[in-house]
Order: sequence, then C-alpha cells, then structure tokens
Amino acid sequence: MRYAYFPGCSAESTAQDMHQSTLAVARALGIDLVEPKGWTCCGATAAHQTDPFLAVSLPAANMAKVQDMKLDMVVNCAACFNRMKVANHQIAAHPAMRQQVSEALERDYDGSVKVRHFLEVLLDDVGLKAISRAVKHSLKDLKVACYYGCLLVRPPKILKFDDPENPTSLDRLVKAMGGQSLDWPCKVECCGGGLSLSRTDVVVQLTDSILDMACQTGADCIAVSCPMCQVNLDLRQQDINKQTGKNYQMPIVYITQLVGLCLGLRPEELGFEKLMVPASTVLEKVAAN
Amino acid sequence: MITINKKKTGRGLKDAVEKICGVGLSVCFQCKKCSSGCSVAKLAKSRPSEMMRQLHLGAGNELLESDLVWTCASCEICSARCPMGIDVAAVIDALRKLALERGASKPAGNVPLFNRAFLRTVKMFGRTYEIGIVAAYKLGTGKWMNDTEKFPAMLKKRKISLLPPRGGDRKTVGRIFKSSKQNKGPQA
Repeated sequence: MRYAYFPGCSAESTAQDMHQSTLAVARALGIDLVEPKGWTCCGATAAHQTDPFLAVSLPAANMAKVQDMKLDMVVNCAACFNRMKVANHQIAAHPAMRQQVSEALERDYDGSVKVRHFLEVLLDDVGLKAISRAVKHSLKDLKVACYYGCLLVRPPKILKFDDPENPTSLDRLVKAMGGQSLDWPCKVECCGGGLSLSRTDVVVQLTDSILDMACQTGADCIAVSCPMCQVNLDLRQQDINKQTGKNYQMPIVYITQLVGLCLGLRPEELGFEKLMVPASTVLEKVAAN
Repeated sequence: MITINKKKTGRGLKDAVEKICGVGLSVCFQCKKCSSGCSVAKLAKSRPSEMMRQLHLGAGNELLESDLVWTCASCEICSARCPMGIDVAAVIDALRKLALERGASKPAGNVPLFNRAFLRTVKMFGRTYEIGIVAAYKLGTGKWMNDTEKFPAMLKKRKISLLPPRGGDRKTVGRIFKSSKQNKGPQA
C-alpha cells in the first residue's frame, strides 16, 4: 500500500501529534506514505472566504504534483481533505475554472487525482479485521465519544465520506479495537473551526456545548480526526473553565493516536505529550488491557 | 420577523451573488432548515433563511453589513440540509467576497484581517506560519493580550514553531496569488 501523503500545514505546528501518529501507525501497518515534494497550503477557510479562485487553485497546485507521482493522495487533516475534494469537483465541473487554474499552474490539471482520507485507508484498504487482529492493547472499558465535526462529512455529495448526519467510521474503528463508542448527538456539530482566534467567543460557546454533551454521555475522551476540532476542543477548555467556573478535563485525542496505542506503540511515538489536556486516564486504561 | 430596509444601498445583490457562486437562489421556499441547523444562529442577529429572502426582495449593499456574513463558521450544515440543493454556504462566501470588494464595515473580530494575515504567510512561505499570522492579526486588532497565556505551553510542546516553514513550492503559489490579483480577487 503506497500513497502520496499530504501532511498539511498544521502537521508542522499545532497538529504535529496528528502527523506523528499518522506516520507511526502507517509504519506499523505497512502503509507506505510518500510526501509530495514542495507541497503547499490548501488555503483552508481563509481562501474560500476570500476568493473562489484561490480556494480552488491552492489545493490544485498540490494535486498536480501528486498526479505526477501516479499515486492516490492520502490526507489526514479533515480541512485539507475537504478543500482538495471540493477543488477537484470545481475543476471537473467548470471548464472555465480549470482553464484559469491551469494558466496559473502553467500546466493542465483536470481534477482527476483520487483524494482519500487516512481513515478510508484504515477502514477500506487495511480493513477492520486486520486492525482487530493487530491490536496488542485493546480499548476495553474506554468510552469514546467520536467527533467528526464538519469538514469530514460536508458537503456530502462531494466528499462521499460517510453518512453526513450520523457517520460511523470512527465508531467502527473504536469498536474494532475493543472500545466502547458512545451514541451521542454532537458527532457532526461545529466547533467554530477557523474562527478560533478571530471569534474566540463563538468557539468557546460551540465547544462548551460539545464538551458538555460528551461529559454527560460519560465519555473518557473525545476522538477526532481534524486538527481544527482538536485545537478548539483541547485548547479552549481552559478558557471555558475560567469563564464559566466549569471544570472540563476532557482529553481530545486523534483517532490515529488511539490506533497507535492499540498497535502497541509508545505514547511518545504518538505525540501524546503535546495534548494540552493530558490523556493520562486514556493511557492508563489502555496500558492495563 | 424579517425587516426589509426600504433605503436600499446600491443595486440588488442577487445577480452578483448568483454570478460569483453559480448558485440559483430563486428555488428557496423558506422552509428554514438552514436556519434551524445553523451552528451560529443563536450567536448572530441574522439567519441564513432571512438573508436568502432579503436577496429575493432585492436587498443591496446593506446586506453585506449583516453580522452573519462573518460570524458564519462555514460548517455547511445549511447547504447539506437544503431540500432544494441550494449551496447556502457558497452564497455566504459570495457575500463575503462582495463585502471585501465593496468595502463593507469591519465585522466583530475582524475576520477578514485574520484571513488576510493567514493568506499573506501562504504567499510568503508557501505554507502557513502561525506566529506570523498571530502577530499580523494582533497588530491590526490591537488585542495583544488575547491567548498570550497559552503561548509558553504551546511553544514548549512545539505546537507552534518559531521559525517560518520551509520546503513549500513558493514559485507556484506566487503565480496563483498573482493570477488572483489579475482576476481582481480581493487581495491578500
């Protein structure tokens, strides 16, 4: 299994833990990930809120590089995954956009590179059975609230990732590793995404209601697959606690970190020390299994 | 209740919006699923379904001052749930583009400044540079003290890096930004 792996900018900063655990899990499962040389930012929310052309051409620059590698593109950041697939759709559906993008890139790009989320590789290519078999420490007794957020599932017609209202990919993975995935109503709610710095007030309110529901459901941790969700839910707990007098101590872990633990990798290899809210309860429970 | 301002500023925005996002707005029949699902509805004064109606009724530049334009978190629940398949989130993006082009007032939190700061680092380095974004944004808003208490821990955990990113293909990105400028896209 060999793929072109697009890390995304946050892999070099706030989501080094996601990046590190993705690479470690891939290594352990025999998945070969090759970074496209000179990859650049997908433009994220800032680009599509500014200019439709930037929103399509910035991702396209990367997909054109991957096209030359003759591999499928694998992305683990939900935001980059989203922007890549939407850009592909725009280019394939609008000849004028394709032409404009191709002029800027100084080469034609037709929107045909296959973009997949790392979760899809785990679920479809590796398969849940193989992952179950590879589990060294199970997630037994661990109650996990799986949180998908927005960018993995919407727009559903373009992303075709999972059920947009009640996705189960993360839940199936957690169950395959012996954990208890919780039935809770906030799976596809929004954490405020890119408004983290500019409208912290909005992010604090949205993350507060998600964390509250996770606590009420009895979660030991929230499992995510998006760097923006992770940062907002993890980093903003101290703001919420300060502003409201609540006492959230909810670990927000990447699903790849959980998979890594189950495969017997050490917490240091998976970036656990980088989480703002320590995941010690998770680590202790899994280590005991 | 939707209040329609009789003193319309400029021509109606409906055509301009439809042209930018390629989305037909006329099929909206005000079922309000977009507003019911909207993540920020309780935090903004306006609702997506109201904005759709206002566009139908010929609203002009005054709509660009609506707080939803920049409070919207781009979660796309509105688009995903619209029974008529209207990409409401793309409509909001089109309103943002027009707000930038037509010099609408600065919204709460100055989201456009954040986006500019973000894109400027992409233009310079090919990838985002967090400290550069934060510094430019804080310089513009004057909110120096926000989140400063988190910086030491984040630096220690290397969740933010001091040095700008390297290795990105700046040449291609440079051409993309140049092309955006020639196409008269709002400037980063």
